[in-house]
Amino acid sequence: MTYPAEVQPSVDLVNRSRHDRLTKTFPKMDFEEKAKLLETYHPDFRAHEKEALRVGPNKGMRAPKEVVRVLESYSRLDPGAVDMTKADYRTDVLVIGSGGGGVTAALTAKKRGMDVLIATKLRLGDSNTIMAEGGIGAATEPDDSPVIHYIDTMVGGRYQNIPELVEALVTGAPFVLGWLTDLGVNFDRRPEGSYLTHMPAGHSRKRSHSIKDITGLEIMRVVCDEVRNEEILVLEFSPAVELVLDVQGRCAGAVLYNLDTGRHCLVQAKATILATGGMGRLHPQGFPTSNHYGATADGLVMAYRAGAKLIFLEFIQYHPTGIAWPEQMLGLLISEALRAQGAQVVNAAGDMFVDRLETRDALSAAIIRECGERSMGVVTPTGMLGVWLDTPLIDLLGGNGTFARRFAGIQSRFRKYNIDPSKEPILVYPTQHYQNGGVAINVHGETGVPNLYAVGEVAGGVHGHNRLGSNSLLDIFVFGRRAGEHIAEKTKEIHVERLALDHVRAYHKELEESHIPESQISPMLLPDYRFEKALTTVEHTKER
Amino acid sequence: MIPIYVMGKKYEVPQGLTILKALEFAGYRITRGCGCRGGVCGACVTVFRKKGDFRLQVGLACQTVVEPDIFLTQLPYVPAHKAIYSINRVLPEGLNILKLYPELARCMGCNTCTKSCPMGLEVMNYIAAALRNDLHQVVELSMECVMCGMCAARCPAELAPFNIALLIRRIYGRHVLHRPMTLDQRLKDIREGRFSKDLLDLKTCGKAELEEKFKSLQATKGSAV
Repeated sequence: MTYPAEVQPSVDLVNRSRHDRLTKTFPKMDFEEKAKLLETYHPDFRAHEKEALRVGPNKGMRAPKEVVRVLESYSRLDPGAVDMTKADYRTDVLVIGSGGGGVTAALTAKKRGMDVLIATKLRLGDSNTIMAEGGIGAATEPDDSPVIHYIDTMVGGRYQNIPELVEALVTGAPFVLGWLTDLGVNFDRRPEGSYLTHMPAGHSRKRSHSIKDITGLEIMRVVCDEVRNEEILVLEFSPAVELVLDVQGRCAGAVLYNLDTGRHCLVQAKATILATGGMGRLHPQGFPTSNHYGATADGLVMAYRAGAKLIFLEFIQYHPTGIAWPEQMLGLLISEALRAQGAQVVNAAGDMFVDRLETRDALSAAIIRECGERSMGVVTPTGMLGVWLDTPLIDLLGGNGTFARRFAGIQSRFRKYNIDPSKEPILVYPTQHYQNGGVAINVHGETGVPNLYAVGEVAGGVHGHNRLGSNSLLDIFVFGRRAGEHIAEKTKEIHVERLALDHVRAYHKELEESHIPESQISPMLLPDYRFEKALTTVEHTKER
Repeated sequence: MIPIYVMGKKYEVPQGLTILKALEFAGYRITRGCGCRGGVCGACVTVFRKKGDFRLQVGLACQTVVEPDIFLTQLPYVPAHKAIYSINRVLPEGLNILKLYPELARCMGCNTCTKSCPMGLEVMNYIAAALRNDLHQVVELSMECVMCGMCAARCPAELAPFNIALLIRRIYGRHVLHRPMTLDQRLKDIREGRFSKDLLDLKTCGKAELEEKFKSLQATKGSAV
């Protein structure tokens, strides 16, 4: 038996109803229905789990309390204890973080003759990018265009996206495909050589480009190889703990912390790019997360202390299909591409309750409703809830072997737990996946702090309140390239003057005035999962 | 609770945990040896041996479930050789791969690499394909590689198979698949501003207008794959 005895009867119901469902679709929600569903069930709209910021440039803005906690915290540094006159490294461009955004910015600036240094918390390439399964969006098909891509992105983002950023995103997209292909990324092809594309939820045309179900892995292997070939200096296991400003208030580098030796080091740079990714490991609103080990919102914390404005922080993407069983894989993501290939979402009784191609926010809300108020979810032996992603439909629709060919990674991961997703459904529940908001930027990736750039998930605005699938892989490369190009033009005129951490002192003063206890320290750098914390707790599902 | 041995030291941990969670339950705060926690980054590769078995096995800590009396250690770094090259200049023909990685010819077909791959890849077979210059086969057999470096750590001929496969996949993507011509046309259209006016109009569009346009697009969208 592959599923626990308690769960097996529900699996049987799903198996039994499959043939009836094969050619059926669940009616798509109209705009009003969807808006109501979101307001009632989506975690973004749960007011009691949000708090208003008491300090900093966005004072009064609401955010999940886990995020507020790290923003309302004291520095890991004693500003007086760092010798700001002796930089350990001097460079044109400091890139903090080495996922897709950071590496792309570094490669772009380097190509234009800049001296570049990458500082990263874990190894080069460790990031959420590497975990991306589904694909990268770009209007490359004849029946598609950047115009249609623009419309889809705005509607998906609940019309809140910054229009200029979306324009940059959709017009930059096909160029990113060309750049990555020229670097040697093996995008899936049709027999005659054109890109094989598929249509994730919320898109109106086929425009997601994948490499099997390991799109991010293939891209990161290639771009990191290019960093090695370009012989860019990379400081691994050296997260930034504080940005450094010069006396004119312009960003001029950062203080890094060597995780191996415990020593700090000072990097002076003409321009600094934050590419630190998201916040999943804060477990906002008690959800499991699909994010990698280092996704602890460090960039938000450092930028906020330095005076950068944040935007849309309240809006978090819960990916509807996080793994709910087996427990060992809790929170990990099941690619949206499975739904694109025909997998339906069904409840404990084997009935459809939502269209499989609803956007992520709507599908998450529908699953939370099904498991909560309607009590039609499956309860696992560990107390986790979930609904079924009916994966065997993929082979029924596409022919035997389709699942194994398209989703080899997913299949091998489940097989370790004696589950064969080509024959049995997978149990899923929403998982924290993406921070839709972040540091506010312009089309070049510039933040409100001079000479400080932000690219990728740490930045906000381009995705509005809700990001569409396959737009995040795109975002990091488009804005990584834009930031790298802009910096190469600008740094020629930058002369750094006397470094300081006065902004940290000022922030501390503000915290003290708001009576925030000194025991709150950030950035978190790494989550603490030791001892009992190693065991899964699902606060969110318990409280419902 | 079951006993496990972390670098020889005994701990009691609950059954059913992955090696990664068992290490954390035992109290280890991992810096090196943990990355994506999802089986794709290769950071957490672990060598282990089961009691009563002489064989060393390899697995990703985030994907492998602990068993009673398992002896384990992580291998967070492998100082493997990587050639430096410009991908535009390495053409798929001739002896270019051997020029960059001459040690490729030292492979003695012992299959240790395949046995030590935590992803279950046929490493030796893709090295053999590389020697035949069968690039397509290398791409097929190595695509799921997570670059953990274990093959290089164990190879008695001192190859770094994972880096050789990376080079070949890049050559294949760059020179054999290369970019489709339809893409060049789209890039030309964007450069020449074919979409500029429509985008300019859209940027001032309100919610209702965007909603209407989206509805009509959804009506003509066709199948998802």
